[in-house]
Amino acid sequence: MSRITQAVVMLLFGGAIIKSTVTDTFLRYVKEGLRPFLLAAGLLLVAAAIMTIWYDLRAARLRKADTAPAHHDDDDGHGHAGHEPRVGWLILAPVMALLLLSPPALGSFAAGQSGSVGPAAASDYPPLPAGDPVEVGLLDYAGRAVFDGGRSLSGRTVKLTGFITPGPDGKPMLARMVLACCAADGRPIKIGMTGAPIDAPPDAWVDVEGVYSPEVGTDPVNQAQIAYLDVRSWQEIDQPKQPYA
Amino acid sequence: MTTTENAAARADESGTPEPESWRIGSLETLAVVLVLLLLVRNRLAGWLTGPGLQTWTTVFVSVMVQAVPFLVFGVVLSAVIAVFVPRSFWARALPSHPALAVPAAGMAGVVLPGCECGSVPIAGSLIRRGVTPAAALAFLLAAPAINPIVLTATVIAFPGQPQMAVARGVASLVVAVAMGWLWLRLGKAEWIKLPHRPDLDDTSKARAFWAACRHDVMHAGGFLVLGAAAAATINVVVPGAWLQKLADDPIISILVLATLAVLLSICSEADAFVAASLTQFSLTSRLVFLVVGPMVDLKLISMQAGVFGRRFMLRFAPTTFVAAIVVGTAFGAALL
Repeated sequence: MSRITQAVVMLLFGGAIIKSTVTDTFLRYVKEGLRPFLLAAGLLLVAAAIMTIWYDLRAARLRKADTAPAHHDDDDGHGHAGHEPRVGWLILAPVMALLLLSPPALGSFAAGQSGSVGPAAASDYPPLPAGDPVEVGLLDYAGRAVFDGGRSLSGRTVKLTGFITPGPDGKPMLARMVLACCAADGRPIKIGMTGAPIDAPPDAWVDVEGVYSPEVGTDPVNQAQIAYLDVRSWQEIDQPKQPYA
Repeated sequence: MTTTENAAARADESGTPEPESWRIGSLETLAVVLVLLLLVRNRLAGWLTGPGLQTWTTVFVSVMVQAVPFLVFGVVLSAVIAVFVPRSFWARALPSHPALAVPAAGMAGVVLPGCECGSVPIAGSLIRRGVTPAAALAFLLAAPAINPIVLTATVIAFPGQPQMAVARGVASLVVAVAMGWLWLRLGKAEWIKLPHRPDLDDTSKARAFWAACRHDVMHAGGFLVLGAAAAATINVVVPGAWLQKLADDPIISILVLATLAVLLSICSEADAFVAASLTQFSLTSRLVFLVVGPMVDLKLISMQAGVFGRRFMLRFAPTTFVAAIVVGTAFGAALL
């Protein structure tokens, strides 16, 4: 791989990172907090590419100016230095995947493959904020439903947002992926649904309104406890900008 | 694209300027590849519709995106070390006796907040600048595991169990120093084969700096892609239900999580959260997961083979794996 080619690959690499950061596509892959670092890294890659091109053009001009091959900076890891920059070709794979495909956020396939995040027991459950219905996160709902016996949920209509994933019994469940760091460690939080039947296909994003249901199930994958919601109404929505919880 | 650039590109390829010859250079290859990809773009999206394949692509891309900042900052820092920090600095900064330099370099890992992708090129630069390989390797192993960000993440991931972070930090440092000392006794200099890099001795510091950045990005980045692809494959192929069955036996669960740490190749800043989620496993086996992960995993193995050579990797990675399991288990039994 010549230096100019490496520069072009780095330019594409940095460009793809910057583009996905600016267009918020990166939220499908990593946490939002990474944004400034991704931007800085993308700009550094572009800078390295531009500097490489600049030095290379200058060397070419110098070579032309005095016909003797004065510069021996032709070595860029070729010949005896090994074939190592050849591995750099692989960088095109994720870059092209980012630029041409922009893979979607994790959905029902990933949700079905790993066990649900078990709701965590908190020492106290503050009252829900005002609003009817009140928007609650899936993890928050599961914690209140399983460990607080639904006390802080009683008498309230809640709205949960997630995607549909087929449960072990084939009935649809509401799920959202929880990221610690990037999609590679994404794990689902699943909520069972009773009441109004939902016929949205898997991976469809929905807003579900309902009330607390005392039913508690278990995820067959890891025996985690699963909270249930008594559904009153639901509607399909577009995937939210931030697909992960 | 001017003819001058073309000529320069071709000259690069062959090593001697031959502006008139019609060899197909890498730049032409790249252009053809890009055009072909653009042409099949729509069909490509059609091929990747299977949910498994789609999840694979998402995980693959996300491992890369997550690692890019750490890769780039690691590469820049390693270029600074390779180009701007004089050799004499390391002679003054580290104890002159190698046996003392090893723990000093291991402790120095505390100040480098990053994950393992960045520390491989840095360790390569340290060796290049005359730091004894044993000390550089102790740094390589310690830095991703014991820096403040990773330890803080561990404390947060295991609420009410601060001993987990303590055990992780101490066990990782012990493994790193032990591996450094082991290298002093048994290691052979010829196992490490750092690529010849005349560009680092360039008379212009700025040019050497950017050349080092370019080289390391292409090089470490390429191996990172290999590792990310492997990790994505494991992620998609191994269903969580299998792990459940293996968690019951105390010995098997340790070996399973140690192997899983290698295969999953999760960033050291995130692995504590994954370990916390593996609730069916014992605390000791999860500690082993946290000690092994930042030191041996697929993307590290791939990057180490690239930076230090395959002979090094074949000896170093398995030994570190065993050492990390033994030390991790011992600390788990004592502290948890």
